[in-house]
This record gives sequence, C-alpha cells and structure tokens, in this order.
Amino acid sequence: MRLSVQSAPFDLGAESVAFAKGAAGAGAVVTFTGIVRDNGGALAAMEIEHYPGMTERAIGAIMDQAMARWSLADALVIHRHGRLAGGEMIMMVATASPHRADAFAAAEFLMDYLKSRAPFWKKELGPDGATWVAAKDEDEAALLRW
Amino acid sequence: MSVEVLYFAWVRERIGLPREKVQTDAATVADLIAELVAREDRYALAFADLASLRVALDQELSSFDAPLAGVREVAFFPPMTGG
Repeated sequence: MRLSVQSAPFDLGAESVAFAKGAAGAGAVVTFTGIVRDNGGALAAMEIEHYPGMTERAIGAIMDQAMARWSLADALVIHRHGRLAGGEMIMMVATASPHRADAFAAAEFLMDYLKSRAPFWKKELGPDGATWVAAKDEDEAALLRW
Repeated sequence: MSVEVLYFAWVRERIGLPREKVQTDAATVADLIAELVAREDRYALAFADLASLRVALDQELSSFDAPLAGVREVAFFPPMTGG
C-alpha cells in the first residue's frame, strides 16, 4: 500500500506499470486518473489547498478500510496539491485484487471517499477571477452506498 | 488552555490567517466559535453559516458539540473537494 500527497506531476504510465508488476500474484489491476477539466479553455488554473498531516491520515484511513473490506493485494493513491493547469493529472488510484469486481469496487470506494473525506479544497482561476469549488450534494450522497 | 487553530480555503481567506494560537477556556467547539465570533467582524463573517463548515480536532473530523478538553489542534474548513 502506498500513498503520496505531492505537488510534483506523476508519471501515470510508470506508476501503473510499477504497480501492476508489484501485483503479479493478484490477477486484476484497476486504475483511475483524475484530470483538471479546462472548462472549454475558460480555466486558467486550479489551485488545490490541503491540510498537511490530516491529508495523509485521512487517505491512509480510507485505504485501510478498503484493504479490510475487499480482497486486495495492494492499493495506491497519489494526489497532487498546488497550482495545476487544465488537462493536468490531479490524482490516481490503483487497486490490485485476485478478482476484478473487488478491484473495481475498491477503486470506486476510494474515489468516493477521497472526494469528500480527504482534506483538499479546489479553487478555479478563470476569466472572472477565482472561485472555490463547492462540494456537491451528490458527492456526499455517494458515500451512502458503501 | 492554548490550542492551535487552523483555517483552510475560504475560511482562511475571510479570517486572513492560516493559523493562530488561541488561549481559551471553551468547553466545546461551539463555545470556541462563539469566542472567536465575538472578537471581530472577519470571524463573524467566516462563521456566519455553520452548515457550510466542517471541523477537525487533532486532524480527525468532528462535530461542533464535541468537547475541547485535551485537544491541541482545531481546524475549520468548508466541505472537502478532493479527487
């Protein structure tokens, strides 16, 4: 299990290959990548603020829950903070399991919880200035299915 | 007691500080908020709508009626938008 909260870009290909190689006995690997929407070119940049310390604790707790709940051989979460341009990769999740259903479910669970339980806040910088992205009711509602 | 109070996102912007040390005898988070709100308008503005705020005590999500005894770090922020 690995977790990285970082400002630097990550190499999706290298991370995915390394994760899959490390999960040789598992049989199934699912990866998800989050990308900054450019809002049709209207987004100048996105700034992601986080709570150092709590971020790692919260993501670690979410990953522990996923490992306990599904048959997972391994899990990876990389989440960036700082200033990102439209089209840049914000985050990735990878899960490895003997069964693809578990790998998919655990990846979705991790995504749902990262959205509203990991202390990140997004601010969009556009032509009309800066706006904090509001949390969506549907993101909170998505936790109920778990 | 002395607690480290942290603010994030628009809460930080409204108050104008990322963190500060606060001397308080507040029994609960709600009591601490009442003390802060009484200080200055910028705090009143930041805490005007508690439904749009979340609180963490020692880096764990908590609630406004939670006791502050033994807590070293209190953080106020809007609902999180990760992922």
